This record gives sequence, structure tokens and C-alpha cells, in this order.
Amino acid sequence: MFRQASKPQDDYQVVLGARGENRSTAKDYIQSMISDFMEFHGDRYYGEDEAIIAGIGFLGDLPITVIGIEKGKDTNERIRHNFGSAHPEGYRKALRLMKQAEKFHRPVLCLVDTAGAYCGIDAEERGQGRAIADNLAEMADLKTPMISVVIGEGGSGGALALSHTDRIWMMEDAYFSVVSPESCANILWKSTEKADVAAKALGLTANRLYEMGLIEKICRKGKMKELSENLKKEFRLLLAKSVEELLEERYQRFRKIGY
Amino acid sequence: MGVPNIVDGDTKRCIGMELKKLFLKANNELENTNGRAKSRKISCKTCQKKLTVEEIRANSFVCPACGYYFPVRARRRILMLTDKRSFHEMDRELVSKNVLEFPEYEEKLQQAMEKSRENEGVICGVATIQGQRVCLFSMDSNFMMGSMGAVVGEKITRIFEYATVEHLPVLGITVSGGARMQEGMLSLMQMSKVSQAVKRHSKAGNLYVVLLTNPTTGGVDASFAMLGDITLAEPGARVGFAGPRVIEKSLNQALPKNFQMSERVLECGFIDAIVPRNQQKEYLGKILKLHARLGEEYRMEEDHVSTGK
Repeated sequence: MFRQASKPQDDYQVVLGARGENRSTAKDYIQSMISDFMEFHGDRYYGEDEAIIAGIGFLGDLPITVIGIEKGKDTNERIRHNFGSAHPEGYRKALRLMKQAEKFHRPVLCLVDTAGAYCGIDAEERGQGRAIADNLAEMADLKTPMISVVIGEGGSGGALALSHTDRIWMMEDAYFSVVSPESCANILWKSTEKADVAAKALGLTANRLYEMGLIEKICRKGKMKELSENLKKEFRLLLAKSVEELLEERYQRFRKIGY
Repeated sequence: MGVPNIVDGDTKRCIGMELKKLFLKANNELENTNGRAKSRKISCKTCQKKLTVEEIRANSFVCPACGYYFPVRARRRILMLTDKRSFHEMDRELVSKNVLEFPEYEEKLQQAMEKSRENEGVICGVATIQGQRVCLFSMDSNFMMGSMGAVVGEKITRIFEYATVEHLPVLGITVSGGARMQEGMLSLMQMSKVSQAVKRHSKAGNLYVVLLTNPTTGGVDASFAMLGDITLAEPGARVGFAGPRVIEKSLNQALPKNFQMSERVLECGFIDAIVPRNQQKEYLGKILKLHARLGEEYRMEEDHVSTGK
């Protein structure tokens, strides 16, 4: 399953690349992999958060629920999608649709691409921490197969909130990190200029995370068809498991991390 | 698949620590136990009033003049909240390793061990509160700001798993700056690891009470600190996901005074009650009593069903 990234890059370059303006966003992935996609809105508590797009569609002939963090392509879109930084409503909408998927035993695909959960007064006061915590706890018990693919930025808790899944895959040029290298360098060395040192130390590239056993697969960039085939195969494999087996394996997947 | 990150029973290091403790001057001025120190004066951080260590201790580490809450280290918390000599510690021997070979991490760990006089940033175990058994974890802000690395995550996960098997409630006393950067994704994913253990404990019908103390932020706020059946907080404790300076910087505006203060977080609907320090033990005792009865009845019914088969 392991594929070496096509060429070795400086880790910080990977981070900068993952933020690049011309990258494929969640919408592109949905457009090329999912047919008959229907987007659904709202968390049913407070509002609609366009940083997260979610809905249902077919992956081949498999009905699935798709939840993606969308950054947008041009300035207008980026503002509308809040640059891919979700408020609590976004995470609650995601959870609502995951629960719906569970009801119909429909697999869930999460496309992760965020610099982090939005930090602002409103987000805090509507329970950003609680929203993320709820997703982690509820996804641990969601009785349907789930795969998340980090397609660009995997920014800390905001990315993790959609990654408590049976499999975590990463595009070869994506990153997943506990903290942005700039903040890390700023906190530890009081200088954002050491971001490259921090990026290296944090071990945030797909290769590094694969080596540590924290992700299951590295996907080649630009190969949507290949990704879609792999997803189909993997979902079939997961669907063949009993619910008990699935949940126990998911528990063990995270249980052994760090020990 | 997992990376061995913890040295189990690393005796050499532990013995080293014990020896060091003998010679170590108490770092926290309030924790110095020899007689003379008790009458030493310390000035309150907010009102500057000179107080003796004895006065502060007698008042549950709250300034008698202005009500300032002095930080309390993890072991002291347990002493303050549980019955005398009832606490049995678990997994004390787990110590962190620098798996990522992160620069300066070993030195920081060493400093944290000396400062806190603990092996890691959380203390876990079983105790009684007013005679009722409870599993607990207590985080320590003297250990790298209570940050959560793989050992902290492992210890808290273990206490939840133990409590699930033993049908015991869990009391969590949180104080944390969030996930520990020096352990990278290994530390971030502890949020997932602990949260799923909390969920299993909860599904088995067990009680989890959280006491949020100043500050509870970042990855800890976004995981097990927000998953309690009952969420309590100390007065004036900062509770939130993003750090206030980060928000201030990104919004370019001053934050309201009560922002992320436990009183405000309660208004927003995320805290059940704010409990002053001198009432916490009694309050927790009542909660446990209320749930103990329900738990016993429930289990009796369960026994009844199984023998009926």
C-alpha cells in the first residue's frame, strides 16, 4: 500500500505547498469522484457553515456520505467558505450527516483540508472545543465505515475532528500537524523564521506519519481515479466486517498510538 | 504499527528522580513543608497582600483578601478532594521519550520533572471521596503547562478503561495548555485515544465528572475536558479552545474582559456549575452519592435479568 512520495522535499515546502492557491479543493475531489452529489446544509441547532460541504452521492455504485472542508478557489469563494476554517456549526453539521449515514449504514468519506478550526469570539462562545470533542467521541462509536483523506492541510484539532475514522489516508503532498510550524517556532523560539526547523521536527509529512504508523496510506497526487478505485476497494473491505469488528478495530487503531 | 513511546518502569530514571527529590528544594513556594517556611510571607499575585503560607493553605489556596485562586499542583488537589490516605496511584512509572527527536525536548522534560517533582503531567489513581470509590486523574500545570503528550494520554486512557471494567465513576481535574507540540501527531491523536475511552466508559453507564481549572485550553478542551456528564469549573478559570492572544491577533481587536472565563462559559451553556474551592469536596461527594444509588439499583436489575435466564 505504501508509495514513496515522488521526490523528497523540504518539510516546510510541503506545508507551503499544501496551502498553495492552485491546489485541488474538496469540491474538485467530489466532482471527479462522486456522481449525483447532493449537498445538504445546516447543523439543525444554529446555522449553516460553508467551510464544510457535506452531502450524499455515489462512489461508483456505492452510496456514500461525503464531508469535506472546502477552502474555495477565488477571493469571493474563500470568504464564503471562511478559508476552510470551520465554526462549531460546521462540525455539528458533519456529525449530523455522519449519524444519518450510520442510520442507513452508508460509508462516510471525509476530505480534510484546513489550517485549523476557526478561532474567534463567536466560535469560542458557541463551543468550538465541545464541538470537536463531540465529534471525536461520537465518531468512535459510529456504526458505519469511515475513511478520511487529508487532501491538503491537516491543521490540528480542526482536522482531527473529521479524522477519527477507520482509515486515515494522505495525499503525498499534504501535511498533518499538531500545530502550524510558524506558531510552533514562535512559541518555542520566539521567531517565526525558524518555521522550517519546526516543520522538520514536528514530523508532519505523509511519509513521516506513515513510518510512525499514524496513517494507513499515501495517495499519489493528481490521481483521482486511482484514489476513487482505492476508496471503493477499501470501503467494500470495511463493509464486509461486522459492526462489532469494525468498532473494535477502530478503537484499537487509536488505542495503540504512542504506546 | 504503533511506536513504542513510553519506557515502562524505567527504574534507573525513577530512582534518580527519587534521590533528586530528597535534595530538591521545593520549587513551588506554597509547597515547602518545613516548619519555618509556614510562617514565610508571600504576596498575593493580584492584591499584593502579604500572606503566610499557613494562611493561604488554611483557606484552600485562595487569597483571603481578594479571592485570588493560587494554582494548586496535581498531588495537592487530590489531597484536598479525597479522603485522607485513600489515594492509590496507578501508572506512576510511565515517563516520556523523545520519539521525534524534537530539539530541546529532553531538557524540557527534565526541567518539568524537577519543577513538578512528578514523572509526567498527570496523576491517576483510585481514591474515596466521603467514603465513595472513584477513579481520578489530576493534571499538573507545573509539568510543561499540563500539556498532553503520549504518556498523559495513555495514563488517562488507562484510568478510563480501568473504571469501565470496575464500574467506577471518574473524576477529572483538568489544567492544560493543550497537546504537547514536541510529540507532534502522536500527541494530537491522544485526543482521539482518550475521547474514545471516555465514550466507552460512558456507554457502560458510568459517571464522569470534570472539574475545569485555570487554564483548560487547546486539545484538552477539545476532547475529554468537554465530555463530562457533569462539568464543573473553578471561579475565574480560563476555559476555551484557542488561546486568547491568538484570537486577539487574528481579529485585531481587544477581547471582552470575561472572554473564556468560566463564568462566561457557563452563560454560553457549556458548564453545569461553578464551585468554589472550599466547597468542592462536599459537592463532589454529593454527586457521587446521588449516582452510587442509581448505579447499584441498575446493576441489581442486571443481575436479576442474568440469573433469570
